[in-house]
Amino acid sequence: MARNSLGREIPDSFNGKKCIPYKDPFSIKPEGDRASRPVRRVNPGQSKILDGIREAIIASGLKDGMTIATHHHLRNGDALLNTVVKEIDALGIRDIKIASSSIHPVHAELIPYINKGVISAFECGVNGLIGELASKGEIRCPITVRTHGGRARSMVTGEVVVDVAFIAAPICDIYGNMNGYYGPSACGSLGYAHLDAEYARTVVAVTDNLQHYPVSPVSISQTNVDYVVEVANLGDPSKIVSTTTRITKDPIGLLIAKYAAEVIDCAGLMKDGFSFQTGSGGTSLAVAENVRKKMLQYGIKGSFGSGGITSYFVKMLNEGLFQTLFDVQCFDLDAVESIGSHLNHQEISADMYANPFNSGCVVNMLDAVILGATEVDVDFNVNVNTESNGYLLHNTGGHSDTAAGAKLSIITAPSIRGRLPIIRDNVTTVTTPGETVDVIVCERGIAVNDKHEDLKKELLKRKLPVKDIRQLQSEIINITGEPKPLEFEDDVIAVVEYRDGTIVDAVRRVKE
Amino acid sequence: MNKEEVKLRRSFLYVPGNMPSMIQNVPIFTCDGVFIDLEDAVPLSEKDAARELVTKFIETYKDRNKEVFVRINALDTEWGYDDLVKVLPAKPDGIRLPKADTPEIVERLDTLLTEFEEELKLEIGTFKIIPSIESAQGVINCIKTARCSDRVIALAFGAEDYTASMEIERTKSGEELFHARTRVIWAAKAAGIQALDTIFADVSDMESFAKEVRLIKTLGFSGKSLINPRQIELIHEIFAPTAEEIDYAKQVVEAIIKARAMGTGVISLNGKMVDAPVVKRATRVIKSAISQGLIEYELDDEVIYGSK
Repeated sequence: MARNSLGREIPDSFNGKKCIPYKDPFSIKPEGDRASRPVRRVNPGQSKILDGIREAIIASGLKDGMTIATHHHLRNGDALLNTVVKEIDALGIRDIKIASSSIHPVHAELIPYINKGVISAFECGVNGLIGELASKGEIRCPITVRTHGGRARSMVTGEVVVDVAFIAAPICDIYGNMNGYYGPSACGSLGYAHLDAEYARTVVAVTDNLQHYPVSPVSISQTNVDYVVEVANLGDPSKIVSTTTRITKDPIGLLIAKYAAEVIDCAGLMKDGFSFQTGSGGTSLAVAENVRKKMLQYGIKGSFGSGGITSYFVKMLNEGLFQTLFDVQCFDLDAVESIGSHLNHQEISADMYANPFNSGCVVNMLDAVILGATEVDVDFNVNVNTESNGYLLHNTGGHSDTAAGAKLSIITAPSIRGRLPIIRDNVTTVTTPGETVDVIVCERGIAVNDKHEDLKKELLKRKLPVKDIRQLQSEIINITGEPKPLEFEDDVIAVVEYRDGTIVDAVRRVKE
Repeated sequence: MNKEEVKLRRSFLYVPGNMPSMIQNVPIFTCDGVFIDLEDAVPLSEKDAARELVTKFIETYKDRNKEVFVRINALDTEWGYDDLVKVLPAKPDGIRLPKADTPEIVERLDTLLTEFEEELKLEIGTFKIIPSIESAQGVINCIKTARCSDRVIALAFGAEDYTASMEIERTKSGEELFHARTRVIWAAKAAGIQALDTIFADVSDMESFAKEVRLIKTLGFSGKSLINPRQIELIHEIFAPTAEEIDYAKQVVEAIIKARAMGTGVISLNGKMVDAPVVKRATRVIKSAISQGLIEYELDDEVIYGSK
C-alpha cells in the first residue's frame, strides 16, 4: 500500500498493473510515441459486410483474455454491448476485459457473464448495479475508473489496447462510413467512439440503418472500419438520449444556479470570447439560462460551449452567443438535430476534448465549468463516484478533466442530500482533487478555495453569501447531525484513475 | 414613527409547519418574512408533530435574517390556544391570526399574548399580530381591527376564504377583490400600519403573478403573501424603486440628518415641510434599494427614528 498526495491509501498494484500514486494535476510528463494499430489492405471489390455479430467476433480473431470496447452515446438505450457479450459467451471465449467509454444500468444484464468468467475486468467506470454488486463483494471483477480524457489518454499512449471495438452506428454505409445524426438510433456526436476507431486493432461497425455508399457527412471513416454488420436495432431509441432535460423548478436548485452565475460574473469571465461548459441536470441548465441572460444583457459573444451538449447550448449557438459548440456527446434531441445541420456545431473526439497527453485539449481553453458532486470535503476534494452508502454507482465522466482545464471550476450541489450533509471532513472517494476545484456553491453559501482571494472579495462586495467551507459545513451539520462513518473492508474493488493515469483513490468493499 | 412602520414587508412566504425539508430552508429564502403555517397546510393528524417541529426550528433560528410569524389555528378551534402554548416560548416575531373577522378576536389574542409575555418574562408587546382579513365580515370590520391593538403591525388580506364567504369565484384578473383590497388598504393606512395582499396560487403563471403584483403595488399594499419561493425574486423586482424615487428618498434622508444636526424635529426639503408619511416612504425606498443591491447606503437608525 502507498499513500498519495491527498493522503489516500492506494494499492501497489491493481488488476496486474502497477499503481502510480497521484501527486498533483499537471506534473506528470508523458514519454514515447502515440500508439498505433495494424496496417491493413482492402482491395477493390472486397466486402466488409458480415452476416451478424457472431461472424464479426470470429472474423476479428477475438480470443480469451482480449479486450473489447463499445461507446455510451446510446446510454441506457444501448443493446449492443449486451448482445456482443452474449455472442462472445456462445463462442466459448472467456476472460474478456471491457474497455467501453462507460457502462450504464442497462448493462446489468452482463452480471451473469461476470459470474461465468466471460468478463474478467472493466477498464472503465460503471454506472449502476455492477458497481453496487462489486461494492458488496457479490461479484469479483476489478474496475478501473477513468475520466473521459483519461480513457483517451490510456488508448492514445497504448496503456489500454482494445483488441476489438464495436461501434454502434446510427447510420452507416457498406464501407463503414458513419455518423450519429440520422436514423432510428440517432444519438448525435460519436465523440468517444472516434478513439476506438483510431486505436482498436479491429473495428466493427454495427448499424440498424445500413445505407448505400457513401454516407455523408463522415464522422468515423471507412479507413478505420474493418467490418460492417447490420442488426435489427441498436437499442431502445426512447432511452438513447434524454428528451426531458429541463430547467429545475426547485427553488433551492434555482438559488444555487443564480449564485453560480454570479460567481462566473464576479470572476470577470463574462466578456467576449467567454467559453463555458455545464451538464444536463436541472440545476446546470438553470445556470446556463442565467449565464445566457447575462451574456445577452452585457452583449457578449462567447467563443465556445463544450462537453455534453443540450438544447440550451444549441439555443445559445443559434442566438449567436457562442461561435462554436464542441460536442463530444449529445444530451438531448435538439442537440442531435443541431449537430446534423449546423456547421458550427462540431463533433469532437474525446482525445480533442480532454486528453491531457496531446498537443492541447479543449478543456484547457474553458473559462468556466459547472460540475456536480455527491460529496465535497473541507479540502475541496469532490466525490462523484461513490454514494453515501459507499457503493460505486457512477463513472467520472469529464469531471476531473474540466476541473483541471477550466479557469474556473464551480461545484454546485444542495447542502443536504437525503438526510446527509454534502460537505464532509473527508469525501468517501476522491474523484477530483481539491486543488483543481475553485468554488463550491450550495444554497446556504458559497465557499471559495483560498487560492482565489480576489474572487472572494468581489463576491463579498456584491453581498453574496461567501462562507468559509468549515463554517458552511458546521451550519449544515447543525441541521443534519454528524453522519456515522462508513465502514469498509480492506479489499479494493476499483481504483479511480486521475486523468494522467496516476491513482487518485481506491474504492473498497463495503462492510455489510 | 416606529421601526415597525418602515420595515420591508414585500414578501411573506408561507412555509408548511409539517415539512422539515421546507422549514430547514427558511434561512436561505430571500423573502422579508415567513408565515410558518400550523393551520390549513397541516392535516389534523399532524398538528402536534408540526408544533414540535416549528418550535424546535424557531428556537434554533437565532440569527434571523427575516421576520418569523406563525399562522396558528383560529382561536375558536381546539388547536389555536395549544399552538400558542407550544410556539410562544420559542419566541417567534409574531402571530398571523386567521379569520380575524372582528376586532374582539384580535383583542382576545392580544390579551393572551400579554399573559404569555408576563409568564415568559418578556417585554409586553414583544409578540406582534398580523390579522387575516378573509371574510365579508372581516372586511367590514377591518378599520376597527387595524386599530384594536398596538401589536397589530399589518393587515393581511386572504382572498381564498374571502371569495368563499362572498360565494363568488376568484379570477386571475381579480376584479371581484377590488373593493375588499382597497378597504383593507384604507384601514391599514389610516391606522399607520402596513397591508399585505393575498397569495397568487398559480405558481407556474408568472406573467399573471407579475400583473397582480404591479396592481397591488399601485393600490398601496406593502407586499404580499407568497406560496412558492420562486415568486420572491419577481415581487422584489417589481417593488424595487425607480432611480428617481431613490434620488428623492436620499434627499429626504439628507434633510432628516440636517434637521437632527440642528436639533430640530422639523424637517424641511426645498423649503417644504417633510411629514412622517414622506419619511416613512423614503426609508422604505432606501431599504428596498439596498436589499435589491441598487445602492450602497448606510441607513442609520438614529437618523430615522431619533436618538435611542
